[in-house]
Amino acid sequence: MTTRIDAFIDRLQSTSTFDDLQELICSLRDIYDIDHAVYHSVGATGQQYALLTYSDDWVKHYIDQKYQRIDPVVLGALRNFHPFDWKQLDWGGSTRRDFMGEAESVGIGNQGYSVPIRGPQGQFALFSVNSRCRDDDWKSLTKESVRDFLLIGHYLHQKAEEIAGTHQEQGRELSPRERDALTLLSLGHSRAQAAEQLKISEHTFRVYVDTARHKLGATNTTHAVALAMSHGVILP
Amino acid sequence: MIRFIYADRLAEQPILEKTMFQDRAAQFKQRLNWDVTVNEAGFERDEYDDMNPLYVIWQKPDGTHGGSMRFLPTVGRTMVNDHFSHLTDGVKIASPLIWECTRFCLAPDLENMPDAASALMLAGCEMGLRFGLSDSVGVFDRRMKRIYRGISWEPTVIGSAGLGREQISVGLWEFSEAAKARVAKRAGITSSQIESWFDISLPATLSEAA
Repeated sequence: MTTRIDAFIDRLQSTSTFDDLQELICSLRDIYDIDHAVYHSVGATGQQYALLTYSDDWVKHYIDQKYQRIDPVVLGALRNFHPFDWKQLDWGGSTRRDFMGEAESVGIGNQGYSVPIRGPQGQFALFSVNSRCRDDDWKSLTKESVRDFLLIGHYLHQKAEEIAGTHQEQGRELSPRERDALTLLSLGHSRAQAAEQLKISEHTFRVYVDTARHKLGATNTTHAVALAMSHGVILP
Repeated sequence: MIRFIYADRLAEQPILEKTMFQDRAAQFKQRLNWDVTVNEAGFERDEYDDMNPLYVIWQKPDGTHGGSMRFLPTVGRTMVNDHFSHLTDGVKIASPLIWECTRFCLAPDLENMPDAASALMLAGCEMGLRFGLSDSVGVFDRRMKRIYRGISWEPTVIGSAGLGREQISVGLWEFSEAAKARVAKRAGITSSQIESWFDISLPATLSEAA
């Protein structure tokens, strides 16, 4: 069975330009049966980019009106780092209610979920999905997809940084232990065998593979092994 | 009750804030003699407290601090990666699914109360499950190891240094429903109770300061 995140990851692996990424974010609408998906980032030096499914008119209007200053989603994500449902935000006050009303009138969902993304040098990004579905449908979607949204937000962020050339090579280097872990997997060892050979627990082994994957910007273990080989980090 | 509260909202709870940082001084400076800084107000604070971490706090009925821990995402700066890489085989633990937990502290009068520690661990587990996280990583000493064993949620040790009372380790806690059920039983707190504490805390966290 192909899970929804796998469908996303499959497509992510063949993206190499911002246009590809833009198409990819649109595909999330079908994969998760949602109305919109948005990724927006502010780099350490202030450069910004966005990938979104909103209409150009709405984006222009939002920027002209400087709505980022009152948008509870942006304000919530700037202060905090946990993923959140838009229901948890404070929509009180006429400015915000008017803003929400305008957004709804152009088809933006009243149901939303956002993932704040942080980088080690103060980078900030935000990934959100939204929908006009019923409360109970939204609740079940977000409950089963929290981790998917968390990962998708971070994958998009890594990919966008990679394409923009703003990702940090430093800090992405694998430690010898992570290289060992990937090497053993590339040789066809099971996780249990590989962990045993490295004299670490399977739990630690899994985390080392996860951290290696994150550093390489890889979407799954196979991809991490392939990337590590093509970068010459491990020997084929 | 348990509260989930970001550093930038802590000042709204001055008694809780004051007693938490003072209890940390009592635990880490006075009792454990760690190399930590205590300011004129008697607060034990470090640079990670300035990165707007998320605190999970056990608040006593009188409003003061009973116990707490501090979380930061590992994709940003963390204590383990900044200072304890020698205990993780040089691996920087950075993943969107892993948060770091540090400064696990109990108020002096609750130090030997396993219930307070269990309640905190339960809260950490609930948080991890709700946010879709896989693990928490943290540094702990031998004394805490016994406490974790008592709570029946022991970390997987990645690496340790030092001997006896001086030993410190970096460990991983895997978030799971099974761990939650075990710790809830140990803490004498129902699942619905911890879920409702979580639900009450977080919207308040996201709304803006008045």
